[in-house]
Amino acid sequence: MSEFLHMGGYALYVWSSYGIAFLIMLFGIFKPLILHKQQLRELKLKRQREKR
Amino acid sequence: MTSHSLFSAFLSVVRRDLLLAYRHRSELVNPLAFFVMVVSMFPLAVGADVELLRRIAPGVIWVAALLASLLSMDAIFRSDFEDGSLELMVMTPHPLSVLVLAKVVAHWLLSGMPLLLITPLLALMFDIDVDVIWVLLLTLLLGTPVLSLIGAIAVALTVGLRKGGVLLAILVLPLYVPVLIFASAAVDSAASGLPISGQLYMMSAILFLAITLTPWPTAAALKMSLG
Amino acid sequence: MMKFLHKFSSPPYFYSISGRMLPWLTALFLVLLAYGLYGGLVTAPADYQQGDSFRIIYVHVPAAWMSMFIYMVMAVSGGIGLIWRIKLAEIVSISSAPIGASFTLLALVTGSLWGKPMWGTWWVWDARLTSELILFFLYLGVIGLYNAIEDNRTASRAVAILALVGVVNIPIIHYSVEWWSSLHQGPTVTKFAKPSIHIDMLIPLLVMAVAFKIYYAIALLLRCRNELVQREQGSRWLDEVLEKV
Repeated sequence: MSEFLHMGGYALYVWSSYGIAFLIMLFGIFKPLILHKQQLRELKLKRQREKR
Repeated sequence: MTSHSLFSAFLSVVRRDLLLAYRHRSELVNPLAFFVMVVSMFPLAVGADVELLRRIAPGVIWVAALLASLLSMDAIFRSDFEDGSLELMVMTPHPLSVLVLAKVVAHWLLSGMPLLLITPLLALMFDIDVDVIWVLLLTLLLGTPVLSLIGAIAVALTVGLRKGGVLLAILVLPLYVPVLIFASAAVDSAASGLPISGQLYMMSAILFLAITLTPWPTAAALKMSLG
Repeated sequence: MMKFLHKFSSPPYFYSISGRMLPWLTALFLVLLAYGLYGGLVTAPADYQQGDSFRIIYVHVPAAWMSMFIYMVMAVSGGIGLIWRIKLAEIVSISSAPIGASFTLLALVTGSLWGKPMWGTWWVWDARLTSELILFFLYLGVIGLYNAIEDNRTASRAVAILALVGVVNIPIIHYSVEWWSSLHQGPTVTKFAKPSIHIDMLIPLLVMAVAFKIYYAIALLLRCRNELVQREQGSRWLDEVLEKV
């Protein structure tokens, strides 16, 4: 296991590559998801205000 | 509508733009002054080593030409957009792309040509051989019209915006890469006595491609900007 | 097929079907990702020249492929939106831009991280990294232009024109950069150029490439839904959606 993490001495480069990929891809999913929630919430509030 | 009337429309747009520029001739000097100043910043930054300067001169002059052309680019449609004459051009029976080409030609005569005329002087300041100066001028002759043609697309896209300045640079500079590469490579090869025909063929091909293709997106973008 | 496309491009239908597709796509993505990561990080043998550092290939190369693929999608759907005025095509086009830009950034960063142990420097002006950098600039231009124009539909048309101009230019840029780097290239890169690829190395690479494509589909659908809600405020179908939230 520790050999696997060591990556033949290239651990820093390999794992930081995968880490950055992970972060960028996670961000690309969660940013629109959160924005979508916000959009729906705001639109709903707006509708309720208009109804009254 | 005959081809004759199309050609005369083309000429009258060129003539009009040249005349307008002549009335504001003091503005024409600014990009030129900018060009000379950028080039003269380099020896101050990298040191006065003649060998080094001679080596980087083609690149320096070409990058400065790129920036100078970028700086003057905005003027190509700006005033016509603001005073409404662009809208009239759209309404004429002539295809807008041809009129756009005329405006680019006029713009090149006013901004690209002067760069060509001042370049030999700058080249002497960098101690470039006379033979190489000819090659440099040839690349500028083939390359700067491409810069104007491509730049016109980006200006047409941004002309309706209040803050188009930096955006224009971001849109245009990546598209200038091939011209920059082939032009400075041609001058480099000439300086080391290698054949340059390959680079010049490529540049001519790019020029003809740009002349035939760019007026359409420019015209489409102008129509879009006018709404 | 045309009928399906027509139906698919209507905003309410797209909104509901994309919502139903997302969980399936996510599951598929996770399975492929797990397989690709296992294959790439564990079962693939270390490269005989580059050792384990070559494993960066499994993020770098798919990201680089995606960066170009997404630019093509952006330009083609932009063109479709420009010609036939299909709203959804416009939305697909502009929603692709940030995803493409992030893949381009990823390819650049991982390329640099791969370059450090191989070349000894973080950055080398080699043909592929340089064209990727220019592609990143092109994406920045597209995003900047879209944000600068207030009206969404005008902005979409502007972006489509720019993206199409970019597509015509990319082969020329690519060729010129290749040619330029062959002029100025030092000898260090040759060992980086083409590692003879073993089949156990290749399969995870292809799996990862497919996984990245699925990821793109997920991120694209999510962004398209946001853009759609933004543009369709006040339409009846959106009100119905809001009822149920």
